[in-house]
Amino acid sequence: MSQISINDLAEIQQRSQQAQALRHGQAGVGTQRMHLLVCGGTGCQAAGSIAVIDALRAEIAKQGLEEEVAVVETGCNGFCALGPVMVTYPEGIFYVNLEETDVAELVESHCMGGEPVERLLYKDPGTKKRIPHMRDIPFFALQRLIALKNRSMLDAESIDEYIGQGGYQGMAKALKQMSPEDIVAEVKKSGLRGRGGAGFPTGMKWEFCQKATGDTKFVLCNADEGDPGAFMDRSILEADPHAVVEGMVIAAKAIGSHFGYVYCRAEYPLAVHRLQLAIDQAKEYGLLGDDILGTGFSFDLQIYQGAGAFVCGEETALMRSIEGKRGMPRPRPPFPAQAGLWNKPTILNNVETWANIPQIISNGGDWYASIGTERSKGTKVFALTGHVNNIGLVEVPMGTPLRTIIYDIGEGIPKKHRKFKAVQLGGPSGGCIPEEHLDTICDYEAIVKAGAIMGSGGMIVMDDSTCMVDMARFFMDFVQDESCGKCTPCREGTRRMLQILERITEGKGEPEDIDTLEELAEMIQEASLCGLGQTGPNPVLSTLRYFRDEYMAHVVDKKCPARSCVALLEFKVDVDKCKKCGLCFKNCPVDAIAWKKKEPAVIDLDKCIKCKTCIENCKYDAIY
Amino acid sequence: MSLAYDLTQVSMPEDVTSEMLTRIDEICAAHRGKPGALIPVLQKCQEVVGYLPVPVQERIADKLGVPGHEVYGVTTFYSFFSMEPRGRHVIRVCMGTACYVRGGKEVLERLERHLNTPVDTTTEDRRFTLEQVRCLGACGVAPVVVADLDTHRKVMADKIVELVENYE
Repeated sequence: MSQISINDLAEIQQRSQQAQALRHGQAGVGTQRMHLLVCGGTGCQAAGSIAVIDALRAEIAKQGLEEEVAVVETGCNGFCALGPVMVTYPEGIFYVNLEETDVAELVESHCMGGEPVERLLYKDPGTKKRIPHMRDIPFFALQRLIALKNRSMLDAESIDEYIGQGGYQGMAKALKQMSPEDIVAEVKKSGLRGRGGAGFPTGMKWEFCQKATGDTKFVLCNADEGDPGAFMDRSILEADPHAVVEGMVIAAKAIGSHFGYVYCRAEYPLAVHRLQLAIDQAKEYGLLGDDILGTGFSFDLQIYQGAGAFVCGEETALMRSIEGKRGMPRPRPPFPAQAGLWNKPTILNNVETWANIPQIISNGGDWYASIGTERSKGTKVFALTGHVNNIGLVEVPMGTPLRTIIYDIGEGIPKKHRKFKAVQLGGPSGGCIPEEHLDTICDYEAIVKAGAIMGSGGMIVMDDSTCMVDMARFFMDFVQDESCGKCTPCREGTRRMLQILERITEGKGEPEDIDTLEELAEMIQEASLCGLGQTGPNPVLSTLRYFRDEYMAHVVDKKCPARSCVALLEFKVDVDKCKKCGLCFKNCPVDAIAWKKKEPAVIDLDKCIKCKTCIENCKYDAIY
Repeated sequence: MSLAYDLTQVSMPEDVTSEMLTRIDEICAAHRGKPGALIPVLQKCQEVVGYLPVPVQERIADKLGVPGHEVYGVTTFYSFFSMEPRGRHVIRVCMGTACYVRGGKEVLERLERHLNTPVDTTTEDRRFTLEQVRCLGACGVAPVVVADLDTHRKVMADKIVELVENYE
């Protein structure tokens, strides 16, 4: 198809909307009566969803149902831990943990007999009851979707399906009816703040760049999602890549740019593949390229794959990397809005920020600003992981308490004998929030007050088997390894902090070490060149703030209260606590444990390899 | 990467064939003079050779017309580029936070013991390269191990030995 006009876009939208009508509870096209939407995101693919899709298609063909039942591979559904997952429409029934061997029964019972397959339905971890409808599952019911609007609703590899959901209408409106100033005003009105972590007002950033002089300007997307434990951007790119493309074209019009890059980390092959497909399809329709929709506006877009360096998530380092150099940050000012990529005025936003833009333009800034708190508007996507029942991607309105996310959406801690200890927000730049502050709401300022940062959305729940000193050591190891080495405070300071933390977890810590840690942390924060160093000590400071006792236990008593640091464990059985259940004996990989019924276990320290399998399996904390 | 890398080693390693060099020259010719070309060129050349020894870097510098130190600087900066030969199979253990708290560390320790090679090295028979990686974004199915192109989910320490033995 050659370049399309606004009228063509409306026509495609209407046609595609009808084709998807079944998914909205309306009558389907022709003889179609059922859509099976199977998740094809990274998590579900790892669990074998492609084989399930192939088997479904084969079985449907075998039963002669091709005209009636369609199988659609969607992007990431968000409920990754239960993959492969599938939603059936028009009923909206949610299936989990599918396997190829389930397919024949599914097709016979669900598609032909109209009876859902009970054993494959979602089981609530609390009530142990099966919940058939996706809308009734607490994990989904309490979310509000804007950036993730199209997740598991459409074929992520089809531009027509995106258009059918109202896609590219925001762009058409921006290009046809709005001036650059109108666009910036609308984004400012929405109150949207950068979702990459720092929370800088997006509209203001665009305004600076709009006012900067120069005929060459760049629009960049930061898809170098590097925080460990975060996968919001991967999921959006896999499920709804066109939303990012559309957002970027709107910004291009606002600042007068004609070329952009998406900087995507190479660890995300599927996201790169889907985004490239989206760019190719948009070009084919003339939604990217010259004279978009016949408006005279031109903009082109290219993917640039990173090569594995966390610091490239920092804006100036990212731009150096696109220039083909070592990705090292530089001091600001000048800010990228004045002098960015190749010294030209540049705006950089992250994937989630971009995914919000089309709807802000379509529905208006006031609509977006009506959601959230006074200073944090709209919604935020979190990657909820760690020791929590429902692991996956969660989008909630700003203002939602952390407790709601962890206990209502996440449904709490999985192991019954474990207790909640802390939730980590903001990755290596963030901090831990303990039980007493769980009523903190999602709001940039409120989270900072509680000792963490909103960050890009990593939310890692930790139970009481997690050692907070070891957690701080983990993040410090990350920061010192990823430090680019340009400035001394970050390069040397983080290394010294790591050495001290390692010493403490090995039982060789001294009480002065804690003061030295605090002193170093303050210096690194104040003297580092970029955000990596300035925020790097945060995980240590926040654990010191809330879990100082635990540091003291390591240093003074040479004990790890969470029984996690191997050097501080004796691998002995407390006969008073031992319930003689034999679980340690059954799980020991090297047969180092002797146990007989009704007798406490005994660990042979000569054979023991200190792998902690016994400690993890003991429900009574009897091994110390 | 050690700073004491022996830069006097100039002859092309034997495992770099003349076909590979022709391919490198073609890649460089296609990108010469284009801004920001170096990283994509290195990515493509590493796909061809498997790693980027100094003589290969010098060849790239020469064909692209950029200083050798710039190529070396970029190669050593990014973790995706390797200057050492790699194993037939690359086992990557995710050390993102979610995998770490759910047992990724134990998986890695078990593998180090089983393969008798420390992390970020290759076994003597070049069968395996063992690496740790920073979050693969598959936190929902943690802990994750990627063997070549296969993503294995919820890998527990006592299952990992069986798993890698499937890779000849």
